[in-house]
Amino acid sequence: MGFTQVDITEKATKVVQSIRAKHGDLIFHQSGGCCDGSTPMLFEKDEFYIDDSDVLLGEVAGVPFYMNRDQYAYWKHTFLTVDITEGRGASFSLEIPLGVRFMIHSRLMRAEELAQIHQP
Amino acid sequence: MSYKKPIFKEKYGNYINGQFVDPVGGDYFENTSPIDNSLIAMYARSQQADVDLAVKAANNAKEAWGNTSVTERSRLLLKVADIIDAHTEAFACIETCDNGKPIRETLNADVPLSADHWRYFASIIRAEEGSVSELDANTISMNIKEPLGVVAQIIPWNFPLLMLSWKLPPALAAGNCVILKPAEQTPASAMFLMEKIGELFPPGVINVINGFGPEAGKPLASSSGVDKVAFTGETTTGQLIMQYASKNLHPVTMELGGKSPNIFFNSVMDHDDAFLDKAIEGAVLFAFNQGEVCTCPSRLLVQEDIYDKFMERIVARTRAIVQDDPYKPTTMLGAQASKDQFEKILSYIKIGKEEGAKVLTGGQAEKLTGNLANGFYVQPTILEGHNKMRVFQEEIFGPVLCVTKFKDEAEALAIANDTLYGLGAGVWTRDAHQLYQIPRAIKAGRVWVNCYHAYPAHAPFGGYKKSGFGRENHLMMMNHYRQNKNMLISYDKNKLGFF
Repeated sequence: MGFTQVDITEKATKVVQSIRAKHGDLIFHQSGGCCDGSTPMLFEKDEFYIDDSDVLLGEVAGVPFYMNRDQYAYWKHTFLTVDITEGRGASFSLEIPLGVRFMIHSRLMRAEELAQIHQP
Repeated sequence: MSYKKPIFKEKYGNYINGQFVDPVGGDYFENTSPIDNSLIAMYARSQQADVDLAVKAANNAKEAWGNTSVTERSRLLLKVADIIDAHTEAFACIETCDNGKPIRETLNADVPLSADHWRYFASIIRAEEGSVSELDANTISMNIKEPLGVVAQIIPWNFPLLMLSWKLPPALAAGNCVILKPAEQTPASAMFLMEKIGELFPPGVINVINGFGPEAGKPLASSSGVDKVAFTGETTTGQLIMQYASKNLHPVTMELGGKSPNIFFNSVMDHDDAFLDKAIEGAVLFAFNQGEVCTCPSRLLVQEDIYDKFMERIVARTRAIVQDDPYKPTTMLGAQASKDQFEKILSYIKIGKEEGAKVLTGGQAEKLTGNLANGFYVQPTILEGHNKMRVFQEEIFGPVLCVTKFKDEAEALAIANDTLYGLGAGVWTRDAHQLYQIPRAIKAGRVWVNCYHAYPAHAPFGGYKKSGFGRENHLMMMNHYRQNKNMLISYDKNKLGFF
């Protein structure tokens, strides 16, 4: 797919794969808001309605990663890595029963990376 | 007075149809305390089958409960308030244990406020009336508010007992039966409450389902057997709930968080008096509840001509925050609610630094001693930057304050409103004109003027923009839990003349 601004750790990949074995095709959607917000949510592919208001940042572990367009305006200069940590979330994200929670590590993208992502 | 971790049973099930029951599948999950990562108890890991039982029980109870007199419903809600008051210390210790917040706050804020919300809704229904209009000499239009029936309510973990007390009373007061799903991080106070009040209510009127979001929350929110869903949480889950509602064609209300600006105009520093002291506290309220508040005043906007002097006082007041064992009455800042919240906050501090924010104080995890070393503590942190940084735009949900300066009223408003959210805001000034005109121009559902973090009953609370819709804590909320029956009555003996 070429350079995309989202990646995933090996630990998180294993969790995604075990969930895919049980639930089939999946998507990630980055949530905003309080409580369990500001983290990526993992759903079955047709669970969450995706349209023009969502931006596709790339694919991680074979799973498309989306974010709301308005939110993305503030993220477009950062590189995201999906990671996994122990924890107890309370949303409908599929990894919650496993006692783990996806999270995002961010870093600023370098000029050459930005150029590849945001080609005119 | 000294406080400590309460004694819990080994396990807690669900509360359905007036009884405590095991989950149908027999599964339980561990609930731990973020103070020291110790076990609290096992709680029911409910699935669709358990939700189905609760939905059935609530539907069986709704007609009788809906027809129960207002006098009786009010009497019961008032009793709940009295029971909460009578067990203040027990509730406070449970809440501190489950959430990690200091006992100082649970004793003085969470528990008393919770009782008061039950009293408020018990009171207003006694004074309500419908309406009648005489449309013409023969025709009367009569409006009667009827309950919806069964309401599903999904609440978060940041104020477990208080969020329960914002949701249940208006729904019950309006004559609905409820199915509550507490957050899986903090189910303890809901179960303790049901032990104390369960017998007061007819079976099926209040039901509590414990479990995980995808396994229990989703079946509840998408059930065609409920008539409405109320939710407080994050935006993506809010969207999912609205999707389910679109298939069921039932109403929803939701509160989805914010990135509230706290704005300090230069007149605040005109005098070094009690009000300035209050204003400084107002800015430092970002640390209240460990920053785990939807309306955390997480963006500090300071007028540039007072910036240096004001920030000197803010940093000093922040450094004076006592972060210690949450069971100690002198502790001001406790533990974050879970490990993943803790990690999330640290990753935001990191990206904040990378984006160029300057750390004025704090900036890392705090290691406490003894068994508290296993808990999740973050130093109160102030980052100086600008409003386009990600730390200024996203809910960090931790004790992290992002500060920026503004030149004049126009810039203050531009920065304040430059956010996807619109839940809360604070405006601090001694200027009589700004007191009204600034709040009036901020796109938020709650604007605190010369105060912050007050949530009294009878002040409606809710968001603009991506913070959701619907209002809580006020009698206007009753409309969210009711439907209007219009009876159009003709006393005319004569036919229309059509057929």
